[in-house]
Amino acid sequence: MGEPRDVPVEFGVSKLVIEDVSRVFPPVHGGHPVRALEPTTLTVGDNDFVTILGPSGCGKSTLLRLIAGLDTPTTGKILLDGKPVKGPGPDRGMVFQSYTLFPWLHVADNIAFGLREKGMPVPERERIVAQWLDNIGLRSFARHFPKQLSGGMQQRTAIARALANDPAVLLLDEPFGALDNQTRSLMQELLLGIWERDRKTVIFVTHDIEEAIFLASRVLVMSARPGRIKADLRVDLPHPRHYTIKTSPEFSALKARLTEEIRVEAVLAAEGH
Amino acid sequence: MKPLAPISSGARIALGILFFVLFVAGWAYATFGGFVSKTFLADPLTMLEEGWLLLTKHGFLYDIGITIWRVVGGFTLAALVAVPLGILMGAYKPIEAFLEPFVSFARYLPASAFIPLLILWAGIGELQKLLVIFIGSVFQIVLMVAVTVSAVRRDLVEAALTLGARDRGILVRVLIPASAPDIAEILRLVLGWAWTYVIVAELIGSSSGIGHMIIDSQALLATGQIIFGIIVIGVIGLISDFLFKWANRAMFPWSLA
Ligand SMILES: Nc1ncnc2c1ncn2[C@@H]1O[C@H](COP(=O)(O)OP(=O)(O)O)[C@@H](O)[C@H]1O
Ligand SMILES: [Mg+2]
Repeated sequence: MGEPRDVPVEFGVSKLVIEDVSRVFPPVHGGHPVRALEPTTLTVGDNDFVTILGPSGCGKSTLLRLIAGLDTPTTGKILLDGKPVKGPGPDRGMVFQSYTLFPWLHVADNIAFGLREKGMPVPERERIVAQWLDNIGLRSFARHFPKQLSGGMQQRTAIARALANDPAVLLLDEPFGALDNQTRSLMQELLLGIWERDRKTVIFVTHDIEEAIFLASRVLVMSARPGRIKADLRVDLPHPRHYTIKTSPEFSALKARLTEEIRVEAVLAAEGH
Repeated sequence: MKPLAPISSGARIALGILFFVLFVAGWAYATFGGFVSKTFLADPLTMLEEGWLLLTKHGFLYDIGITIWRVVGGFTLAALVAVPLGILMGAYKPIEAFLEPFVSFARYLPASAFIPLLILWAGIGELQKLLVIFIGSVFQIVLMVAVTVSAVRRDLVEAALTLGARDRGILVRVLIPASAPDIAEILRLVLGWAWTYVIVAELIGSSSGIGHMIIDSQALLATGQIIFGIIVIGVIGLISDFLFKWANRAMFPWSLA
């Protein structure tokens, strides 16, 4: 929130450190253990917008859930602002691919959920909720239940719900994966607009190459299962970004390169199944 | 007819009424036509006549009131104990592990078989009637509520965790509201069963209530009264079911499609 910053953003201060983190799921019913994530080391800078790109089943969600503290790594450790991650907490907001708004709460109360858990007094809570309703353009839907909203509106609310809590890191797991193309690109612009004002540290998982480039200041490509990070690209396209940037030569060059990286993995993933 | 093809609401109501009409017509045919002896089965008109006498001359309204009171009382007690217990069992696995085997066993104990024992313990007063209904309902509610609570969508719980909810917040502000409509639906269902227990309780060692009237009528061979009593139970059940459905819909508008 607040006015757009005109100071240059400093990258390189590490917000999140992931050290040799791996995840092996124990075997079920005498099967084999599943190596979902190979030992991964990664540092995410403060205010960075990192997108993680990879074929489905490569461990993207697993990595995100480990950062969120919803799952525990088999090896390695995760540090946020120098402190080890022990479990889920409000400093790591998450937006899921499935619609996870609380169906019994109005849009406004959904956005207020985390603030309420914190014990924030009602007037302050209402002020923040009102601001987020404006930010996502759903002021007139404040008293609607999630069931009365379109998928795009629900995900917008979920983003506002996570950000109203002012987390240190925002994690998004294919949040627009179930939306149609038009809605999807509007949502990308909305999210990017919010980031351009706030400069939160964001980790965004997707399997859509254009989405990954358009949003990111850094794109990570994961290999097919067992997942590991096989490419790490900076995206230096200028901000604020407009959707027309998707047809620029720089964008196309990045897209061509990532398409090639992903293709190799997709082929491997397809052979593996 | 095509499988699963919907029908208009007019046709639905007409078909529903048609069955009742056919049923009463069959009954009238069998009794007025003299195919069944009057001693065993009263005809519809006699039934109405005897029912009217019951209501106006024999204080049957009082019996109806007593029976309703017993069902509501026993059922409310059961719900007050069982809903919190079921929620705790659904939410906390150690509590579930501790209670689930016993409750699963207890739910198959027929409430009516306890009646002789309950008469020994509690006499033939109101307490015994309430206990029959309590025993018949409490274990069913506990188990069904526990299942409902433990089936709350995991991703909602995870979303709440990433928003900073702690144990109590998860229980009070996620698990309970998420399962509330289903719990209300469970109560509606079990209340329907409670109606069958109360009559059994009143058939044995009782001096009031619909069940008592039915037993009295048997001694008098007043089959019209018996049938009237049975129909009254059905109608009350239908009304309470309707009220429950209506209340659930009013309380949980968010759960409607
Ligand atoms: N809870 C789990 N138990 C067992 N295997 C799992 C579990 N979660 C994920 N996996 C497996 O780990 C691999 C990576 O899954 P995931 O992280 O969901 O991939 P992605 O999000 O990239 O599609 C998949 O093969 C998946 O089947
Ligand atoms: Mg995934």
